[in-house]
Amino acid sequence: MAKSNLTRRGLVRRGATAAAAGAAAFHVRGAHAAGKLSVGFWDHWVPGANDTLTALCKEWAAKEKVDIQIDYITSQGNKNLLTIAAEAQARSGHDILAFPTWYPADYARQLEPVDDIMAELIKKNGAVNRTVEYLGKANGKWVAVPSAPGSQMKPPCSRIDLMKQHAGIDVQAMYPAGGPPKADAWTWDAFLVAAEKCFKAGVPFGLPLGQTSDAVDWVGALFQSHRAQLVNSNGDIIVKSDAVRQVLEYAKRLVQWLPTDVFSWDDASNNRWIISGRGALIMNPPSSWAVAVRDAPQIGAQLWTHGMPAGPNGRYAPFLPYFWGIWNFSKNKSAAKSLIMALCQPEAIAKLVEGSRGYDLPSFANLTTLKTWGEIEPPKGTLYHYPNPHNHQIQSIAAAPCPPKIANQIYTQATMTKMIARVTTQGESIDKCLDWAQRELQGFKRA
Amino acid sequence: MASNAATAPDGATRPRSSLRKAAQRRSTIAFLMALPLILLIAALVVYPAGYAIHLSTLNKSMEEFVGFENFEYLFERETFWMVVWQSSIFAITAVVFKALIGFVVAHLVHNIPLKGQRKWRGMLLVPWVIPPAMSTLAWLWLFDSSYSAFNWIIEGLGGPRVPWLGETGWARFSVILVNVWYGAPFFMIMYLAALKSVPEQLYEAAEIDGAGWWQRMWFITLPMMRNIIAITVLFSTIVTFANFDIVRVLTAGGPIDTTHVFATYAFKLGIESSDIPLGAAVSLFMFPLLALAAIFILRDVNKRGNQG
Repeated sequence: MAKSNLTRRGLVRRGATAAAAGAAAFHVRGAHAAGKLSVGFWDHWVPGANDTLTALCKEWAAKEKVDIQIDYITSQGNKNLLTIAAEAQARSGHDILAFPTWYPADYARQLEPVDDIMAELIKKNGAVNRTVEYLGKANGKWVAVPSAPGSQMKPPCSRIDLMKQHAGIDVQAMYPAGGPPKADAWTWDAFLVAAEKCFKAGVPFGLPLGQTSDAVDWVGALFQSHRAQLVNSNGDIIVKSDAVRQVLEYAKRLVQWLPTDVFSWDDASNNRWIISGRGALIMNPPSSWAVAVRDAPQIGAQLWTHGMPAGPNGRYAPFLPYFWGIWNFSKNKSAAKSLIMALCQPEAIAKLVEGSRGYDLPSFANLTTLKTWGEIEPPKGTLYHYPNPHNHQIQSIAAAPCPPKIANQIYTQATMTKMIARVTTQGESIDKCLDWAQRELQGFKRA
Repeated sequence: MASNAATAPDGATRPRSSLRKAAQRRSTIAFLMALPLILLIAALVVYPAGYAIHLSTLNKSMEEFVGFENFEYLFERETFWMVVWQSSIFAITAVVFKALIGFVVAHLVHNIPLKGQRKWRGMLLVPWVIPPAMSTLAWLWLFDSSYSAFNWIIEGLGGPRVPWLGETGWARFSVILVNVWYGAPFFMIMYLAALKSVPEQLYEAAEIDGAGWWQRMWFITLPMMRNIIAITVLFSTIVTFANFDIVRVLTAGGPIDTTHVFATYAFKLGIESSDIPLGAAVSLFMFPLLALAAIFILRDVNKRGNQG
């Protein structure tokens, strides 16, 4: 019989090492040892997309022996925001919750840091863009992980036939499927000319200018592509600038070529506009295209999603990442981290993108060329440029790069679209409008 | 026969006996019977109200007590004063029209022969019994300037499209119209009940004395309905000031915040902008004013009740 070399000190050391390794691992294995996990995901617009996510979660739960409970929480009526606020107040609820754009920063104090997950994901899936970092980090630490489900861009979705016929623009040639964009001439000035031509032809661009997200997003990109900031990254108010004046002047010219009721449009109005065949262009994720394919196939087959126009400061595209955060009062953080890791693996993300018909957008650089976007139809390649595969756009969010807590106020209170409404429908002078904006922004700096 | 308590030699039985006496007192029994309701009100009204007051005294990150700073901040904001102004226009205009329409319709229904009256009462109550979020959605579609029936008819008659929800004046008109449509049946049914309780003999006597329609209305109907009018107007004013769903569904406060009322503005600040203390402060702003109005109106109603 071989003599054992295990001494008493060695046993203690090995025991300590094993315990440390167990603690460092994301989740302890064993029959039901991993306990329960409660997850609140965003309830997807695209029919069937939730099923893919549920299947992935169940597969993970069976493998890890976790009793998982999934709730899909709608963003209709801001139900998801109410849930976030209620759980944060009660310090009880789901272990993992889906957080829209600004909310990881707002609830950073109550979220578990996820630097460990992000380091591993970035290593595997590629870097994330600076908007994701801006929204997902607080005080230098990652507080949430960007999720593919719910993350979206809002680029132009144009009618191939109407743009060619009335504006003389071949959007498929400008943004060819499978190839890099040839869009140097696609600027905000060209956009204005096209808007005028389409308006005169009776098919105006459907750009909302109300106070909802779709309106704020495209207007935010317009401001950024002109280097027009309201508040800079240090939190200084810089709204009274030539760049902001230039954007307001531009908006005055553009508004005359839009439908008269765009100031009362909500996030569904632009979808209805393109699906009803009344307009030549909107700015939206592919949900409007998906509904058109279902409800008005002849229009769906003429839609092409492509890049934003460029301005003097570059080509900015509205990008809204969704996040998965783990509450710091969660009772099963290790299982929560394990599930998020599983759902962010390239294979899982490919399934999620396919399940959402290309709507979901991973935030990682290596995952913008998945086959779904290249193959989905009609027409074939319609979504090829949706995930910005050639990096020719800067993915950003309205009001960035000012500190997120101020930016959130600018975004949710739609300061930029209100400025446009003031100088157009209200007939206010630009100087007076800037005075108003200055006072509003001063209030947003409240701690 | 002497009671046990009176004959008890030691003091030990005295507390038990006085406890029994207390339990047998009418006020104690009344209190015990009311206790479930008191507990319910404490849980559902006092606690949330107290918590809202507590929230309104915290800073934005809800970490520090700041006293009345949130209110001071609001008082400096022009958007807030615009909301105060709009809420007042919204509530006062809507209540006045609801009361007037309710009053007229109640009289019309009262004069319908009893046989067919029930049918009319039922039909007129329909707007009030449909959940307002649902009925407002139907109004939203009617007001849609691109596809709605209203604009389709106006265009068919050769008129221009109306930006029902896109222009301040029209948007304010639209939210008030829907509120009046929803709330007028409540006034109608309350006034109808009041009308039915006016003794017919009073009208007969007035008619013998040669009173005309206006005199009967001024000297009999209105004084007899005074209490119900006061309570209905008070109740409706409070509810209309606190309205949320109609404005939220129709305009979400737009265009340019010109249709926000307290509740929608509080939601915008508290939930959408993640500033719960400020949202709580907005929603509490009207509380003292409405409470004061309620005290005076109810005191007046009580006084008249005692006089009667």
